[in-house]
Amino acid sequence: MTTDAPPTENRRAPNPPGGRRSRRGRPALGATPARRRLSWRRVNYPAGFASLVWLFIVALPLYVLVSATLRTRQDYLDNGALSLPTSPSVDSYRRVLEGDFLTYLLNTAIVTAACATLVIVLAVTVSYSIVRTRSRASRRIFQFFLLGLAIPSQAVIIPVYLIITELHFYDSLMAIILPTAAFALPVSVLILTGTMRDIDEEIYESMALDGATPLRMLLQLTVPMSRAGISTVGVFSALQAWNGFLFPLILTQSRENRVLTLGLYDYVGEFRVDVPALLAAVVLSIVPIFVAYLFARRQLINGLMGVGGK
Amino acid sequence: MHPPTPTGRRERARRPTGRPGISWAIPGVAFFAFFAAAPMFLVAFLSLTSWDGLGSPAWAGTDNWTRLWSDPGMRTALWLSLLLTAFSWLFQTPIALLLGVWAAGRQKSRAMLSAVFFLPLLASSVALALVWRSILDPNFGLAADVARWFDLSDANVLGSERGALAAIAFVAAWQFIPFHTLLYQGGARQIPKSLYDAASIDGAGTVRQFFQITLPQLKNTVVTSSVLMVVGALTYFDTVLILTRGGPGDATSIVPYLMYETGFQAFDLGYASAIATALVVTATGVSLLMVRLTGFSRMRSTREGM
Repeated sequence: MTTDAPPTENRRAPNPPGGRRSRRGRPALGATPARRRLSWRRVNYPAGFASLVWLFIVALPLYVLVSATLRTRQDYLDNGALSLPTSPSVDSYRRVLEGDFLTYLLNTAIVTAACATLVIVLAVTVSYSIVRTRSRASRRIFQFFLLGLAIPSQAVIIPVYLIITELHFYDSLMAIILPTAAFALPVSVLILTGTMRDIDEEIYESMALDGATPLRMLLQLTVPMSRAGISTVGVFSALQAWNGFLFPLILTQSRENRVLTLGLYDYVGEFRVDVPALLAAVVLSIVPIFVAYLFARRQLINGLMGVGGK
Repeated sequence: MHPPTPTGRRERARRPTGRPGISWAIPGVAFFAFFAAAPMFLVAFLSLTSWDGLGSPAWAGTDNWTRLWSDPGMRTALWLSLLLTAFSWLFQTPIALLLGVWAAGRQKSRAMLSAVFFLPLLASSVALALVWRSILDPNFGLAADVARWFDLSDANVLGSERGALAAIAFVAAWQFIPFHTLLYQGGARQIPKSLYDAASIDGAGTVRQFFQITLPQLKNTVVTSSVLMVVGALTYFDTVLILTRGGPGDATSIVPYLMYETGFQAFDLGYASAIATALVVTATGVSLLMVRLTGFSRMRSTREGM
């Protein structure tokens, strides 16, 4: 490292952690933070190297994925997975879109939207009741959902199959929506109770003075104040629905009720030797989430962290 | 006890109108109970029946359980599950820990890298398993190229028993390490800077700082991440179904896959319920054991006394 590296690092970091920012202006103390920063940087070298290695491990399959879709079937078979697409073509995407892909996409969109709506409505009312009703019962309900976090969906797939067939929902989009939403509820309740607890009690009290009903308080105060939590829950449950595989696999059958993940699984047989088309379908299934990620990055991270952050 | 101030009186008076009743929680609780909690009990009941998925379940007593106890397939599956779990933990934890601690810093490159790190988290395990399936294809995948470069005779990783299990562990790690990295990143960000400052003044090197500050302070995160990792590894299913279908032979037929095969390929749903119940018991047992052993429930904060 050259001698002027620490100040460069200093300029690069827009938000130095801790109290460094306030000290930066004081030349008398300048030497100490610089030395500290130096030691912090030394911590990062081995781990930084490891992350570069990991970056390579993550990026290589992604490169294979994208480059394969831009080549013809014959080109892929002849030149292997790593060669560059010399004459890029989107033919493989066309082959995918000519099939039932758009049906699968539409089904997935319906399932995702319905699931997110259902989860938001149920999680908001449950969390509102837990946070605002201070009773033994509300604590019990919270613990119930906390325990519910631990239920693996695979373990209950057989009884869920029984319930869905008894309800005559087998092989319908409803069969996917209901259990998927149920399994997204515990995390959502956890996230939302966390957000709603931060709302100031005094605002509720002043609203109550005006004679507001619980419903009006929910709609005018709680929901607007917990927008961040609600969007996190929405994004989280949408991701669960979009990527879910087990429930569609067991609970649906026909082609017109097929969602994307199941469609991809089916393509293995259909595009047996047409790897570019198979991978094009994979790319097409990821693109919508990736676009959503670009717009709702924070909510997505929060939603993902909500799973284990508690 | 009851201060006769106007405030106190008003507070009591508006309590019935201002607060929602517990009835607001009923739809959500009922919904969750019906589709997730009740099935937990129902699966235990179904394990005592014989059911082909079409008619109604017929009482079978403990038949399924005696069969389960002496089933070599189940023993193999349990062993493979535990092996895969242990292997996954050993593989994922150090990498996620290192990456997470590194990513907790404020480097500029972090932002760029995180977009790439994130991609495996966003995609479904089906999509990722398909990518890896194509890569590991012994004839046309990257595996074929690698075998050519290193002059290996056999590129068929998924065709060998150990190779297939290792491949599943690797693909799962590839998919889940970003999530655990995020957990560790969050944990490491919460460690007070003052601890490092004090250690630097005392002349502690970076390796020592890592082992004496970072690691102990991340204890809660390590437990959380490990429990999620272990329970997650016990329930890998999508990856197995797409990469190996339990094969070659039954070399990757872990418990959830055995349950799927028994229940939804052979339509022996009563016996599959017994396998599922065993899976719940194992998963719950292992995670409770881990929480106990690490004293997670006793430990309220790693920063007591500061």
